[in-house]
Amino acid sequence: MRTIFYLIRKEFIQIFRNKFIGRAIFGVPIIQMLILVPAVTFEIRDIKLCIIDRDMSSASRSLISQLEGSKFFRITNSTFSEKEAESLLLKNKCIMVLQIPSDFGKDIGNGKPVKLMSSINAINATTAQLSWAYLNGVLRDYNLDQAKQNINRSAVSAISQIDIRNRYWYNELLNYKFYMLPGILGILVTAIGFLLAGLNLVREKEVGTIEQINVTPVRKHQFIIAKMVPFLLIGLADLVLGLLIGKLAFNIPFEGSIALLFFSASIFLIAVLGFALFISTFSGTQQQFMFIAFFFMIIFILMSGIFTPLESMPWWARKIDLVNPVAYIMKINRMVMLKGSTIHDISRDIYSLIIIAIIFTALAVKRYRKTA
Amino acid sequence: MNEIIRASGIGKKFGATQALKDISFEVINGEVFGFIGPDGGGKTTLFRIIATLLLPDEGELNVLGSDCRTGFRDLRKNIGYMPGRFSLYQDLTVEENLNFYATVFGTTVSENYELIADIYSHIEPFSKRLAGKLSGGMKQKLALSCALIHKPPLLILDEPTTGVDAVSRSEFWEMLRKLRQHNITILVSTPYMDEAMKCDRVALIQDGKILSVDKPQNIRNGFKSRLFRFMAADKYRLMLALRKYSETITAYPFGDSVHVTFRNDSYDDSLINIFRSEGIENVIIEETKAGIEDRFLELMEA
Repeated sequence: MRTIFYLIRKEFIQIFRNKFIGRAIFGVPIIQMLILVPAVTFEIRDIKLCIIDRDMSSASRSLISQLEGSKFFRITNSTFSEKEAESLLLKNKCIMVLQIPSDFGKDIGNGKPVKLMSSINAINATTAQLSWAYLNGVLRDYNLDQAKQNINRSAVSAISQIDIRNRYWYNELLNYKFYMLPGILGILVTAIGFLLAGLNLVREKEVGTIEQINVTPVRKHQFIIAKMVPFLLIGLADLVLGLLIGKLAFNIPFEGSIALLFFSASIFLIAVLGFALFISTFSGTQQQFMFIAFFFMIIFILMSGIFTPLESMPWWARKIDLVNPVAYIMKINRMVMLKGSTIHDISRDIYSLIIIAIIFTALAVKRYRKTA
Repeated sequence: MNEIIRASGIGKKFGATQALKDISFEVINGEVFGFIGPDGGGKTTLFRIIATLLLPDEGELNVLGSDCRTGFRDLRKNIGYMPGRFSLYQDLTVEENLNFYATVFGTTVSENYELIADIYSHIEPFSKRLAGKLSGGMKQKLALSCALIHKPPLLILDEPTTGVDAVSRSEFWEMLRKLRQHNITILVSTPYMDEAMKCDRVALIQDGKILSVDKPQNIRNGFKSRLFRFMAADKYRLMLALRKYSETITAYPFGDSVHVTFRNDSYDDSLINIFRSEGIENVIIEETKAGIEDRFLELMEA
């Protein structure tokens, strides 16, 4: 125990003696939170819309004003030329082109079905789908209005209608910051732990100090634990910092137990640190480590469900996620912070994380060799 | 136990390169045992095997009564190893390094201070300085202090004097000599042949093989031929001229002269004629006593 304590103390002296790292450990998360949380959002407003109105009737004008009135669309261009609209689309001057045919007003008046045509820039599939959904929403309202105007009132009330009212649970205002912040907290802790711990061990190899340690009676598990603990504590300290920023800068709700969040984060950090140290045991240089670490970090983070829902991934990707610690912490963070889930609700995820942590750490201890 | 190290038939391969081949030797309690040989000869590989950092592919090695394959854990408590490259923490201070290694070995600096007092006193005034900011000679003293802090019965020093100035080098050997009072066996390697005379016994190692193990005097006495020392203004042309002479066996540059051996232990007028035709004048010739280097060169040539 005494040996581990001194090994850990040595790590702390070294970490904070390096002025740059000492500051970056706490500076980077603050900046990351302040920039990423408001920046990474799926909310799409002000979709740039180009209108080709061949009808110019009161019906078409009322449709256009309804589009203009919604917060989702901004009409940037009106034209009569399809060619011009196409070139606007090409130049990114607009995202969507909506064509209203010439007998739009007349057909509506006669109760005939009418057709509209929209073209959407779908390079970003998410934007395209959301734009389409918003357009549909506006058209549905418009349809209903038309129906009310054209058919006599008694008839309308005679048609039984299903009235759907939504209530968004756990994030009533659909605030994307609330959704993203727990996820970004997870990424931030991952990056700090993963990179710093791994690079630390590889640096000992590169500089040659590991030679001197390897001939001492220090045991392998002592060495690995001493490399983990400092970064575990730093990761948790960063989590405190991140939560404070979340509260102060973004007023994020915190429904669950803070202790549960920190308990899960500790297990998660052990898993990530174990994996980082495992990689560093077979990297000879910091460059090699960075290359491999970057590869895994990208996979872990992009497959974690921070941006895309896990449920929409193919089955094999979801199988890979069984060993992805970031996927678990992403889920746990959101459930505990936004839903107020208790340990019983997330016990399966906690168990999985514990198993992953044990496996990765055991691999690191096993793979680290004092004798070649 | 009289033999600190017993090695027989040690071999080590790195890929296709045979780094060590059939290495056998014994090191006796309390002696300073030197491995002398050119760079790339296998000294560091052998030392890393003895220090439990590498396993040999073949052969038997017993250090301090522990087998190198099964007893490495006990062994690590009892050896002090100083690698060729400075391997202490450059971002820790002198004091922090020393304390750290003392703790790691389960001891304290004060417990064994008298052992390192002679060495450490030189750098104690700089105890708050980062190890990376020390001069080469001071780094070496700190590394030696850290290797000694747990009072190991065996000290392994891999090229401790490489890259150190001449004054620090002789100081260092003086420190090693004093350490023998504490009954510490010292294994040391060096590429400098003049340092061989300071060891009790030396092994000459080249291309992964031991050429000879003996006391330095005996090795020197193994040189049987008469040795001549030739001097002239242009040493290089002189050497080339000597090598043209058919009776010459060896002609090696040596300081400001050329050391030469001849087939019948003597030379004749035709050598003088060669000098004349080459335009080499004022050649000084004298017979000299062979040094250990001469014997090494002879052994390496064989």
